[in-house]
Amino acid sequence: MGVKKTYAEINEKIKSGKVVVVTAEEIIGMVEEKGVEAVAREVDVVTTGTFGPMCSSGAFFNFGHPKPRIKMHRVWMNGVPAYTGIAAVDAYLGATELPDYDPLNSDYPGEFRYGGGHVIEDLLAGKSIKFEATGYGTDCYPRKKIETYITLDEINEAFLFNPRNAYQNYNIAVNASNKTIYTYMGTLKPNIGNAHYCSAGQLSPLLNDPYYRTIGIGTRIFLGGGVGYVGWNGTQHSPCGPRGENGVPLGGSGTLSVVGDLKQMSPQWLRGASFLGYGATLTVGIGIPIPVLDEESVRLAAVKDSEIFAPVVDYSDDYPNGTGKTLGSLSYAQLKSGVVEINGKEVSTAPLSSYVKAREIAGILKQWIVKGEFLLSEPAQTLPSADSEITFKGLQEKSAP
Amino acid sequence: MPSRKIVLRFPSQIVDKPLIYHLVKDYELMVNVLKANVNPFKEGFMVVELSGENDKYEQGLSFLREQGVRIDHLSENIVRNIERCTHCGACTDICPSGALFISRPSMEVIFDDEKCVVCGVCLKTCPVKAIEVNFNGKQ
Ligand code: SF4
Ligand code: SF4
Repeated sequence: MGVKKTYAEINEKIKSGKVVVVTAEEIIGMVEEKGVEAVAREVDVVTTGTFGPMCSSGAFFNFGHPKPRIKMHRVWMNGVPAYTGIAAVDAYLGATELPDYDPLNSDYPGEFRYGGGHVIEDLLAGKSIKFEATGYGTDCYPRKKIETYITLDEINEAFLFNPRNAYQNYNIAVNASNKTIYTYMGTLKPNIGNAHYCSAGQLSPLLNDPYYRTIGIGTRIFLGGGVGYVGWNGTQHSPCGPRGENGVPLGGSGTLSVVGDLKQMSPQWLRGASFLGYGATLTVGIGIPIPVLDEESVRLAAVKDSEIFAPVVDYSDDYPNGTGKTLGSLSYAQLKSGVVEINGKEVSTAPLSSYVKAREIAGILKQWIVKGEFLLSEPAQTLPSADSEITFKGLQEKSAP
Repeated sequence: MPSRKIVLRFPSQIVDKPLIYHLVKDYELMVNVLKANVNPFKEGFMVVELSGENDKYEQGLSFLREQGVRIDHLSENIVRNIERCTHCGACTDICPSGALFISRPSMEVIFDDEKCVVCGVCLKTCPVKAIEVNFNGKQ
Protein backbone atom coordinates (compact mmCIF):
# COMPACT_ATOMS: atom_id res chain seq x y z
CA MET A 1 0.00 0.00 0.00
CA GLY A 2 1.37 3.36 -1.00
CA VAL A 3 1.48 6.29 1.40
CA LYS A 4 -1.41 8.77 1.14
CA LYS A 5 -1.86 11.87 3.29
CA THR A 6 -4.21 14.83 2.98
CA TYR A 7 -3.67 18.49 3.83
CA ALA A 8 -6.26 18.11 6.61
CA GLU A 9 -4.38 15.18 8.17
CA ILE A 10 -1.08 17.03 8.03
CA ASN A 11 -2.64 20.14 9.57
CA GLU A 12 -4.10 18.00 12.38
CA LYS A 13 -0.59 16.73 13.09
CA ILE A 14 0.71 20.32 13.11
CA LYS A 15 -1.97 21.32 15.61
CA SER A 16 -1.33 18.34 17.86
CA GLY A 17 2.43 18.87 17.76
CA LYS A 18 3.12 15.49 16.08
CA VAL A 19 4.17 16.77 12.69
CA VAL A 20 7.55 15.74 11.28
CA VAL A 21 9.19 18.44 9.19
CA VAL A 22 12.54 18.33 7.40
CA THR A 23 14.21 20.75 5.02
CA ALA A 24 14.72 20.01 1.34
CA GLU A 25 18.41 19.60 2.16
CA GLU A 26 17.85 17.18 5.06
CA ILE A 27 15.51 14.96 3.08
CA ILE A 28 18.22 14.06 0.56
CA GLY A 29 20.31 12.09 3.04
CA MET A 30 17.22 10.54 4.64
CA VAL A 31 16.02 9.14 1.33
CA GLU A 32 19.48 7.81 0.51
CA GLU A 33 19.53 6.05 3.87
CA LYS A 34 15.96 4.84 4.34
CA GLY A 35 14.38 4.88 0.91
CA VAL A 36 11.44 6.84 -0.46
CA GLU A 37 8.61 4.84 1.11
CA ALA A 38 9.92 4.93 4.68
CA VAL A 39 10.60 8.65 4.43
CA ALA A 40 7.12 9.25 2.99
CA ARG A 41 5.63 7.55 6.05
CA GLU A 42 7.83 9.37 8.52
CA VAL A 43 7.92 12.92 7.12
CA ASP A 44 4.86 15.16 6.68
CA VAL A 45 6.31 18.39 5.36
CA VAL A 46 9.44 19.42 3.45
CA THR A 47 10.48 23.06 3.71
CA THR A 48 12.31 24.92 0.96
CA GLY A 49 13.94 28.34 0.80
CA THR A 50 15.53 30.86 -1.48
CA PHE A 51 17.12 34.28 -0.95
CA GLY A 52 18.18 36.19 -4.03
CA PRO A 53 17.72 39.37 -6.03
CA MET A 54 14.22 39.37 -7.53
CA CYS A 55 13.63 42.43 -9.69
CA SER A 56 9.93 41.93 -10.29
CA SER A 57 9.03 42.97 -6.76
CA GLY A 58 7.41 45.96 -5.13
CA ALA A 59 4.75 47.11 -2.73
CA PHE A 60 1.32 48.72 -2.80
CA PHE A 61 0.65 51.51 -0.32
CA ASN A 62 -2.28 53.52 0.87
CA PHE A 63 -0.96 56.66 2.50
CA GLY A 64 -4.26 58.07 3.78
CA HIS A 65 -5.55 61.54 2.91
CA PRO A 66 -4.14 64.80 4.19
CA LYS A 67 -6.50 67.69 4.87
CA PRO A 68 -7.59 68.95 2.43
CA ARG A 69 -7.56 65.82 0.28
CA ILE A 70 -5.29 65.23 -2.71
CA LYS A 71 -5.40 63.01 -5.79
CA MET A 72 -1.76 62.05 -5.98
CA HIS A 73 -0.61 62.36 -9.56
CA ARG A 74 3.10 61.98 -8.78
CA VAL A 75 4.60 60.42 -5.66
CA TRP A 76 8.20 60.18 -4.48
CA MET A 77 9.41 58.16 -1.51
CA ASN A 78 12.90 59.26 -0.49
CA GLY A 79 13.13 60.66 -4.00
CA VAL A 80 12.17 57.39 -5.69
CA PRO A 81 9.02 57.72 -7.86
CA ALA A 82 6.08 55.41 -7.19
CA TYR A 83 3.35 54.54 -9.70
CA THR A 84 0.12 56.44 -9.09
CA GLY A 85 -2.13 55.41 -11.95
CA ILE A 86 -4.57 53.94 -9.44
CA ALA A 87 -6.83 55.52 -6.77
CA ALA A 88 -6.11 58.92 -5.21
CA VAL A 89 -3.79 58.01 -2.33
CA ASP A 90 -2.70 54.53 -3.48
CA ALA A 91 0.64 53.90 -5.15
CA TYR A 92 2.92 51.05 -6.17
CA LEU A 93 6.62 51.32 -5.51
CA GLY A 94 8.71 49.07 -7.74
CA ALA A 95 11.95 47.55 -6.48
CA THR A 96 14.00 48.67 -9.47
CA GLU A 97 12.73 52.26 -9.61
CA LEU A 98 15.44 54.92 -9.32
CA PRO A 99 15.43 58.52 -8.13
CA ASP A 100 15.15 61.19 -10.84
CA TYR A 101 18.63 62.45 -9.97
CA ASP A 102 20.40 59.08 -10.39
CA PRO A 103 23.12 59.42 -13.06
CA LEU A 104 22.15 55.90 -14.27
CA ASN A 105 24.75 54.51 -16.64
CA SER A 106 25.91 57.95 -17.84
CA ASP A 107 28.87 57.45 -15.51
CA TYR A 108 29.43 53.86 -16.64
CA PRO A 109 29.26 51.52 -14.84
CA GLY A 110 26.61 53.24 -12.72
CA GLU A 111 26.37 52.36 -9.06
CA PHE A 112 22.58 52.62 -8.56
CA ARG A 113 23.09 53.02 -4.85
CA TYR A 114 19.47 53.70 -3.91
CA GLY A 115 16.25 52.50 -5.47
CA GLY A 116 12.78 51.24 -4.67
CA GLY A 117 14.14 48.13 -2.95
CA HIS A 118 16.16 50.30 -0.59
CA VAL A 119 13.07 52.36 0.27
CA ILE A 120 11.27 49.13 1.20
CA GLU A 121 14.22 48.05 3.35
CA ASP A 122 14.35 51.47 5.07
CA LEU A 123 10.61 51.37 5.80
CA LEU A 124 11.01 47.92 7.34
CA ALA A 125 13.92 49.15 9.42
CA GLY A 126 11.50 51.67 10.97
CA LYS A 127 13.11 54.65 9.29
CA SER A 128 11.25 57.82 8.49
CA ILE A 129 10.88 58.26 4.72
CA LYS A 130 10.56 61.60 2.95
CA PHE A 131 7.21 61.60 1.19
CA GLU A 132 6.35 64.03 -1.60
CA ALA A 133 3.26 64.11 -3.78
CA THR A 134 1.78 66.46 -6.31
CA GLY A 135 -1.73 66.57 -7.74
CA TYR A 136 -3.47 68.60 -10.43
CA GLY A 137 -6.39 69.53 -8.18
CA THR A 138 -10.01 68.48 -8.63
CA ASP A 139 -13.24 69.63 -7.01
CA CYS A 140 -13.17 66.66 -4.65
CA TYR A 141 -9.37 66.57 -4.25
CA PRO A 142 -8.28 70.20 -4.27
CA ARG A 143 -4.79 69.91 -2.79
CA LYS A 144 -1.87 70.16 -5.21
CA LYS A 145 1.18 69.38 -3.15
CA ILE A 146 2.30 67.71 0.02
CA GLU A 147 5.71 67.13 1.55
CA THR A 148 6.01 65.18 4.78
CA TYR A 149 7.69 62.24 6.48
CA ILE A 150 6.15 58.81 6.94
CA THR A 151 6.97 55.56 8.67
CA LEU A 152 5.55 52.12 7.91
CA ASP A 153 3.42 52.22 11.07
CA GLU A 154 1.79 55.49 10.07
CA ILE A 155 0.34 54.43 6.74
CA ASN A 156 -2.85 52.45 6.27
CA GLU A 157 -1.82 49.51 4.15
CA ALA A 158 1.48 48.32 2.82
CA PHE A 159 1.64 45.00 1.11
CA LEU A 160 4.35 43.43 -0.91
CA PHE A 161 3.08 42.30 -4.31
CA ASN A 162 5.78 40.77 -6.44
CA PRO A 163 4.73 39.87 -9.99
CA ARG A 164 7.60 37.44 -10.57
CA ASN A 165 9.67 35.70 -7.90
CA ALA A 166 11.25 32.36 -7.16
CA TYR A 167 12.28 31.45 -10.70
CA GLN A 168 12.26 27.67 -10.90
CA ASN A 169 15.73 27.54 -12.45
CA TYR A 170 18.01 30.07 -14.07
CA ASN A 171 20.81 30.72 -16.54
CA ILE A 172 24.49 30.49 -15.74
CA ALA A 173 25.93 33.77 -16.98
CA VAL A 174 29.33 34.09 -18.67
CA ASN A 175 30.99 36.72 -20.83
CA ALA A 176 32.70 35.52 -24.01
CA SER A 177 33.68 39.02 -25.16
CA ASN A 178 37.07 40.56 -24.47
CA LYS A 179 35.91 43.27 -22.04
CA THR A 180 34.30 43.18 -18.60
CA ILE A 181 30.51 43.47 -18.68
CA TYR A 182 28.11 44.57 -15.95
CA THR A 183 24.83 42.71 -15.86
CA TYR A 184 21.95 41.78 -13.58
CA MET A 185 23.96 38.59 -13.13
CA GLY A 186 26.82 40.60 -11.63
CA THR A 187 30.20 41.62 -13.00
CA LEU A 188 31.31 39.15 -15.66
CA LYS A 189 34.97 38.98 -16.52
CA PRO A 190 36.13 38.81 -20.16
CA ASN A 191 36.96 35.62 -22.06
CA ILE A 192 34.67 33.53 -19.85
CA GLY A 193 36.69 34.65 -16.83
CA ASN A 194 33.96 33.64 -14.39
CA ALA A 195 30.48 32.10 -14.30
CA HIS A 196 27.61 33.38 -12.16
CA TYR A 197 24.55 31.39 -11.21
CA CYS A 198 21.48 32.34 -9.22
CA SER A 199 19.46 29.59 -7.59
CA ALA A 200 19.34 27.79 -4.28
CA GLY A 201 19.35 24.54 -6.31
CA GLN A 202 18.24 21.61 -4.17
CA LEU A 203 16.68 23.99 -1.59
CA SER A 204 14.78 26.13 -4.08
CA PRO A 205 10.96 25.91 -3.85
CA LEU A 206 9.91 25.10 -7.40
CA LEU A 207 12.81 22.71 -8.01
CA ASN A 208 11.35 20.54 -5.25
CA ASP A 209 7.87 20.60 -6.76
CA PRO A 210 8.74 20.66 -10.45
CA TYR A 211 5.19 20.09 -11.74
CA TYR A 212 3.50 22.43 -9.20
CA ARG A 213 1.57 19.60 -7.56
CA THR A 214 1.20 21.50 -4.29
CA ILE A 215 2.58 25.01 -4.86
CA GLY A 216 -0.36 26.89 -6.36
CA ILE A 217 -2.66 29.86 -5.96
CA GLY A 218 -3.33 30.35 -2.26
CA THR A 219 -0.31 28.45 -0.94
CA ARG A 220 0.77 29.96 2.38
CA ILE A 221 4.48 30.79 2.39
CA PHE A 222 7.33 32.49 4.26
CA LEU A 223 7.71 35.86 2.56
CA GLY A 224 10.28 38.42 3.62
CA GLY A 225 10.23 37.18 7.21
CA GLY A 226 6.41 37.24 7.46
CA VAL A 227 3.59 35.12 6.17
CA GLY A 228 2.52 35.57 2.58
CA TYR A 229 0.70 33.74 -0.18
CA VAL A 230 1.18 32.69 -3.74
CA GLY A 231 -1.22 35.00 -5.61
CA TRP A 232 -0.94 33.69 -9.14
CA ASN A 233 1.70 32.21 -11.38
CA GLY A 234 4.46 34.75 -11.92
CA THR A 235 4.97 36.69 -15.12
CA GLN A 236 7.01 34.79 -17.73
CA HIS A 237 5.76 31.52 -16.19
CA SER A 238 6.85 29.09 -18.86
CA PRO A 239 6.34 25.50 -17.71
CA CYS A 240 6.52 23.79 -21.10
CA GLY A 241 10.24 24.08 -21.80
CA PRO A 242 12.59 21.07 -21.79
CA ARG A 243 12.82 19.01 -18.62
CA GLY A 244 15.14 16.28 -17.46
CA GLU A 245 13.99 12.70 -16.84
CA ASN A 246 13.37 13.65 -13.20
CA GLY A 247 10.92 16.35 -14.34
CA VAL A 248 13.24 19.19 -13.37
CA PRO A 249 13.28 22.02 -15.94
CA LEU A 250 16.60 22.51 -17.71
CA GLY A 251 16.18 26.31 -17.81
CA GLY A 252 14.09 29.18 -16.37
CA SER A 253 10.57 27.67 -16.46
CA GLY A 254 8.02 28.35 -13.67
CA THR A 255 7.67 31.52 -11.59
CA LEU A 256 5.46 32.73 -8.75
CA SER A 257 3.63 35.92 -8.00
CA VAL A 258 3.54 36.43 -4.25
CA VAL A 259 1.78 38.78 -1.86
CA GLY A 260 1.96 39.51 1.85
CA ASP A 261 1.63 42.17 4.55
CA LEU A 262 4.78 44.28 4.47
CA LYS A 263 4.19 45.35 8.08
CA GLN A 264 4.92 41.80 9.25
CA MET A 265 8.15 41.53 7.28
CA SER A 266 11.72 42.27 8.25
CA PRO A 267 14.65 44.12 6.65
CA GLN A 268 16.70 40.99 7.24
CA TRP A 269 14.69 39.17 4.57
CA LEU A 270 13.91 42.02 2.17
CA ARG A 271 17.08 43.87 1.28
CA GLY A 272 17.70 46.62 -1.20
CA ALA A 273 20.47 45.68 -3.62
CA SER A 274 22.54 47.45 -6.28
CA PHE A 275 24.09 45.80 -9.30
CA LEU A 276 27.01 47.73 -10.72
CA GLY A 277 26.23 48.94 -14.24
CA TYR A 278 22.75 47.45 -14.14
CA GLY A 279 20.42 48.87 -11.54
CA ALA A 280 18.80 48.57 -8.16
CA THR A 281 16.61 45.70 -7.01
CA LEU A 282 15.30 43.87 -3.97
CA THR A 283 16.70 40.70 -2.46
CA VAL A 284 13.74 38.63 -1.37
CA GLY A 285 13.56 35.72 1.05
CA ILE A 286 10.93 33.09 0.25
CA GLY A 287 10.26 29.75 1.90
CA ILE A 288 7.57 27.32 0.77
CA PRO A 289 6.37 24.18 2.55
CA ILE A 290 5.70 21.09 0.50
CA PRO A 291 3.28 18.60 2.05
CA VAL A 292 4.18 14.94 1.71
CA LEU A 293 0.98 13.66 0.10
CA ASP A 294 2.52 10.46 -1.24
CA GLU A 295 5.82 8.84 -2.21
CA GLU A 296 6.00 10.97 -5.32
CA SER A 297 6.20 14.10 -3.12
CA VAL A 298 9.28 12.63 -1.44
CA ARG A 299 10.89 11.48 -4.67
CA LEU A 300 10.56 14.98 -6.13
CA ALA A 301 11.63 16.84 -2.99
CA ALA A 302 14.70 14.63 -2.59
CA VAL A 303 16.19 16.09 -5.77
CA LYS A 304 19.82 17.03 -5.26
CA ASP A 305 22.21 19.54 -6.78
CA SER A 306 23.88 16.92 -8.98
CA GLU A 307 20.51 16.22 -10.65
CA ILE A 308 19.60 19.84 -11.42
CA PHE A 309 21.07 21.39 -14.57
CA ALA A 310 21.17 24.95 -15.85
CA PRO A 311 22.21 26.36 -19.24
CA VAL A 312 25.42 28.37 -19.70
CA VAL A 313 24.59 31.59 -21.55
CA ASP A 314 26.88 34.25 -22.99
CA TYR A 315 25.66 37.58 -21.64
CA SER A 316 27.88 39.58 -24.00
CA ASP A 317 26.08 38.39 -27.13
CA ASP A 318 23.63 35.48 -27.06
CA TYR A 319 21.59 36.86 -24.16
CA PRO A 320 21.28 40.52 -25.24
CA ASN A 321 20.56 39.52 -28.83
CA GLY A 322 18.21 36.72 -27.88
CA THR A 323 19.88 34.12 -30.10
CA GLY A 324 18.75 31.28 -27.84
CA LYS A 325 22.21 29.73 -28.08
CA THR A 326 23.78 28.13 -25.02
CA LEU A 327 27.33 27.02 -24.26
CA GLY A 328 26.29 23.76 -22.65
CA SER A 329 24.80 22.93 -19.29
CA LEU A 330 26.15 22.34 -15.79
CA SER A 331 24.74 20.91 -12.58
CA TYR A 332 24.42 22.89 -9.37
CA ALA A 333 26.79 20.41 -7.73
CA GLN A 334 29.43 21.40 -10.28
CA LEU A 335 28.63 25.09 -9.87
CA LYS A 336 28.80 24.93 -6.08
CA SER A 337 32.22 23.26 -6.20
CA GLY A 338 33.62 26.65 -7.25
CA VAL A 339 35.24 25.56 -10.51
CA VAL A 340 33.61 24.31 -13.71
CA GLU A 341 34.74 23.55 -17.22
CA ILE A 342 33.30 25.66 -20.04
CA ASN A 343 34.59 25.37 -23.62
CA GLY A 344 37.45 23.22 -22.33
CA LYS A 345 38.58 25.92 -19.92
CA GLU A 346 38.53 25.95 -16.10
CA VAL A 347 36.28 28.76 -14.89
CA SER A 348 35.61 29.89 -11.35
CA THR A 349 32.00 30.28 -10.30
CA ALA A 350 30.14 32.51 -7.89
CA PRO A 351 26.49 32.53 -6.83
CA LEU A 352 24.26 35.58 -6.55
CA SER A 353 21.62 33.84 -4.48
CA SER A 354 22.60 33.02 -0.92
CA TYR A 355 22.55 29.31 -0.14
CA VAL A 356 23.32 30.09 3.50
CA LYS A 357 20.20 32.27 3.81
CA ALA A 358 18.08 29.80 1.81
CA ARG A 359 19.00 27.14 4.36
CA GLU A 360 18.19 29.53 7.20
CA ILE A 361 14.75 30.28 5.70
CA ALA A 362 13.93 26.59 5.25
CA GLY A 363 14.96 26.14 8.91
CA ILE A 364 12.79 29.02 10.16
CA LEU A 365 9.77 27.75 8.24
CA LYS A 366 10.38 24.29 9.68
CA GLN A 367 10.35 25.77 13.20
CA TRP A 368 7.12 27.70 12.54
CA ILE A 369 5.41 24.50 11.44
CA VAL A 370 6.82 22.36 14.25
CA LYS A 371 5.65 24.94 16.80
CA GLY A 372 2.14 24.83 15.33
CA GLU A 373 2.26 28.47 14.22
CA PHE A 374 1.96 27.83 10.50
CA LEU A 375 -0.62 25.61 8.83
CA LEU A 376 -0.46 24.42 5.25
CA SER A 377 -3.04 25.62 2.74
CA GLU A 378 -4.26 23.60 -0.19
CA PRO A 379 -4.09 25.61 -3.40
CA ALA A 380 -7.40 27.10 -4.53
CA GLN A 381 -6.16 26.42 -8.05
CA THR A 382 -3.02 24.79 -9.35
CA LEU A 383 -0.57 26.61 -11.62
CA PRO A 384 -0.35 25.88 -15.34
CA SER A 385 2.09 22.99 -15.69
CA ALA A 386 4.01 21.14 -18.38
CA ASP A 387 0.77 20.11 -20.14
CA SER A 388 -0.61 23.67 -20.35
CA GLU A 389 0.70 24.38 -23.86
CA ILE A 390 1.85 27.82 -22.75
CA THR A 391 4.34 29.24 -25.23
CA PHE A 392 6.91 31.83 -24.34
CA LYS A 393 6.45 34.86 -26.58
CA GLY A 394 8.84 37.59 -27.62
CA LEU A 395 7.71 41.07 -28.62
CA GLN A 396 7.18 41.52 -32.35
CA GLU A 397 7.81 44.83 -34.05
CA LYS A 398 4.97 45.62 -36.46
CA SER A 399 3.59 48.53 -38.39
CA ALA A 400 0.07 49.83 -37.54
CA PRO A 401 -2.59 47.23 -38.40
CA MET B 1 60.13 57.56 -6.37
CA PRO B 2 58.27 56.50 -3.23
CA SER B 3 54.57 57.24 -3.03
CA ARG B 4 52.57 57.49 0.13
CA LYS B 5 48.93 57.96 0.97
CA ILE B 6 48.11 60.51 3.62
CA VAL B 7 45.04 62.10 5.14
CA LEU B 8 44.98 65.90 5.36
CA ARG B 9 42.62 67.74 7.66
CA PHE B 10 42.57 71.50 7.52
CA PRO B 11 40.62 74.17 9.39
CA SER B 12 37.97 76.11 7.47
CA GLN B 13 40.00 79.34 7.24
CA ILE B 14 42.68 77.75 5.05
CA VAL B 15 40.61 75.62 2.71
CA ASP B 16 40.82 78.22 -0.03
CA LYS B 17 44.62 78.44 0.00
CA PRO B 18 46.24 76.76 -3.01
CA LEU B 19 48.06 74.15 -0.92
CA ILE B 20 48.15 71.51 -3.61
CA TYR B 21 49.60 74.02 -6.05
CA HIS B 22 52.53 74.67 -3.69
CA LEU B 23 53.17 70.97 -3.19
CA VAL B 24 53.50 70.54 -6.92
CA LYS B 25 55.30 73.78 -7.73
CA ASP B 26 57.64 74.25 -4.77
CA TYR B 27 58.28 70.67 -3.70
CA GLU B 28 58.00 68.84 -7.04
CA LEU B 29 55.58 66.33 -5.61
CA MET B 30 53.06 64.45 -7.70
CA VAL B 31 49.66 64.73 -6.10
CA ASN B 32 46.82 62.35 -6.70
CA VAL B 33 43.66 63.30 -4.83
CA LEU B 34 41.90 60.08 -3.84
CA LYS B 35 39.11 61.56 -1.83
CA ALA B 36 38.20 65.10 -0.89
CA ASN B 37 35.57 66.81 1.13
CA VAL B 38 36.28 70.50 1.04
CA ASN B 39 33.63 72.80 2.36
CA PRO B 40 34.57 76.47 2.90
CA PHE B 41 32.55 76.61 6.13
CA LYS B 42 33.78 73.41 7.68
CA GLU B 43 36.96 71.51 8.38
CA GLY B 44 38.32 70.17 5.10
CA PHE B 45 39.33 66.57 4.56
CA MET B 46 41.41 65.11 1.78
CA VAL B 47 43.05 61.79 1.08
CA VAL B 48 46.00 62.21 -1.27
CA GLU B 49 48.71 60.07 -2.71
CA LEU B 50 52.04 61.94 -2.84
CA SER B 51 55.05 60.82 -4.75
CA GLY B 52 58.41 62.57 -4.94
CA GLU B 53 61.95 62.60 -3.53
CA ASN B 54 62.17 61.76 0.15
CA ASP B 55 63.57 65.09 1.31
CA LYS B 56 61.12 67.08 -0.81
CA TYR B 57 58.32 64.95 0.59
CA GLU B 58 59.37 65.75 4.16
CA GLN B 59 59.71 69.45 3.32
CA GLY B 60 56.31 69.41 1.69
CA LEU B 61 54.76 67.92 4.81
CA SER B 62 56.48 70.52 7.00
CA PHE B 63 55.07 73.23 4.78
CA LEU B 64 51.57 71.81 5.18
CA ARG B 65 51.95 71.60 8.96
CA GLU B 66 53.07 75.24 9.07
CA GLN B 67 49.87 76.15 7.25
CA GLY B 68 47.85 74.49 10.01
CA VAL B 69 47.12 71.20 8.21
CA ARG B 70 46.89 68.09 10.34
CA ILE B 71 48.53 65.10 8.65
CA ASP B 72 47.78 61.47 9.29
CA HIS B 73 49.23 58.49 7.52
CA LEU B 74 46.49 56.63 5.79
CA SER B 75 45.70 53.23 7.06
CA GLU B 76 42.90 52.12 4.86
CA ASN B 77 41.35 48.89 5.64
CA ILE B 78 38.45 46.96 4.29
CA VAL B 79 35.92 45.58 6.69
CA ARG B 80 32.97 43.37 6.06
CA ASN B 81 29.83 44.29 7.94
CA ILE B 82 28.80 40.82 9.03
CA GLU B 83 25.28 42.03 9.88
CA ARG B 84 24.71 43.20 6.32
CA CYS B 85 26.49 40.40 4.46
CA THR B 86 24.00 37.92 3.03
CA HIS B 87 26.67 35.36 2.05
CA CYS B 88 25.49 35.62 -1.53
CA GLY B 89 28.99 35.07 -2.86
CA ALA B 90 28.89 37.67 -5.65
CA CYS B 91 32.18 39.20 -4.45
CA THR B 92 34.15 35.96 -4.26
CA ASP B 93 35.25 35.59 -7.87
CA ILE B 94 35.86 39.33 -8.25
CA CYS B 95 38.30 39.60 -5.33
CA PRO B 96 41.78 39.28 -6.88
CA SER B 97 43.58 38.18 -3.73
CA GLY B 98 41.31 35.43 -2.49
CA ALA B 99 40.50 37.40 0.65
CA LEU B 100 36.80 36.87 0.06
CA PHE B 101 36.02 33.23 -0.51
CA ILE B 102 33.36 30.58 -0.04
CA SER B 103 33.85 27.93 2.58
CA ARG B 104 32.53 24.60 1.37
CA PRO B 105 30.25 22.75 1.95
CA SER B 106 28.57 25.34 4.21
CA MET B 107 28.72 27.93 1.36
CA GLU B 108 29.42 30.68 3.89
CA VAL B 109 31.43 33.60 2.62
CA ILE B 110 34.61 34.22 4.62
CA PHE B 111 36.63 37.43 4.67
CA ASP B 112 40.32 37.00 5.49
CA ASP B 113 41.67 40.50 5.99
CA GLU B 114 45.27 39.23 6.11
CA LYS B 115 44.98 38.47 2.39
CA CYS B 116 43.17 41.69 1.44
CA VAL B 117 45.23 44.06 -0.72
CA VAL B 118 42.69 46.90 -0.35
CA CYS B 119 42.05 47.11 -4.08
CA GLY B 120 38.48 48.19 -3.40
CA VAL B 121 36.83 46.17 -6.17
CA CYS B 122 34.45 44.51 -3.74
CA LEU B 123 33.14 47.88 -2.53
CA LYS B 124 31.14 48.40 -5.68
CA THR B 125 30.48 44.76 -6.43
CA CYS B 126 28.71 43.86 -3.21
CA PRO B 127 25.00 44.30 -4.00
CA VAL B 128 24.01 45.07 -0.40
CA LYS B 129 27.01 47.29 0.43
CA ALA B 130 28.25 45.01 3.17
CA ILE B 131 31.86 45.92 2.45
CA GLU B 132 33.06 49.12 4.04
CA VAL B 133 36.30 51.00 3.94
CA ASN B 134 37.82 52.55 7.02
CA PHE B 135 39.94 55.61 6.40
CA ASN B 136 41.42 55.54 9.89
CA GLY B 137 44.13 58.11 9.87
CA LYS B 138 46.90 57.23 12.28
CA GLN B 139 49.72 59.58 13.22
S1 SF4 C 1 39.58 45.15 -1.30
FE1 SF4 C 1 40.23 43.86 -3.04
S2 SF4 C 1 41.55 42.31 -2.10
FE2 SF4 C 1 40.41 43.25 -0.41
S3 SF4 C 1 38.62 41.93 -0.16
FE3 SF4 C 1 38.00 43.58 -1.55
S4 SF4 C 1 38.35 42.74 -3.61
FE4 SF4 C 1 39.50 41.43 -2.17
S1 SF4 D 1 28.88 40.33 -2.19
FE1 SF4 D 1 28.50 41.37 -0.22
S2 SF4 D 1 26.72 40.30 0.66
FE2 SF4 D 1 27.54 38.99 -0.97
S3 SF4 D 1 28.96 37.63 0.10
FE3 SF4 D 1 30.18 39.35 -0.64
S4 SF4 D 1 30.20 40.78 1.08
FE4 SF4 D 1 28.57 39.34 1.52
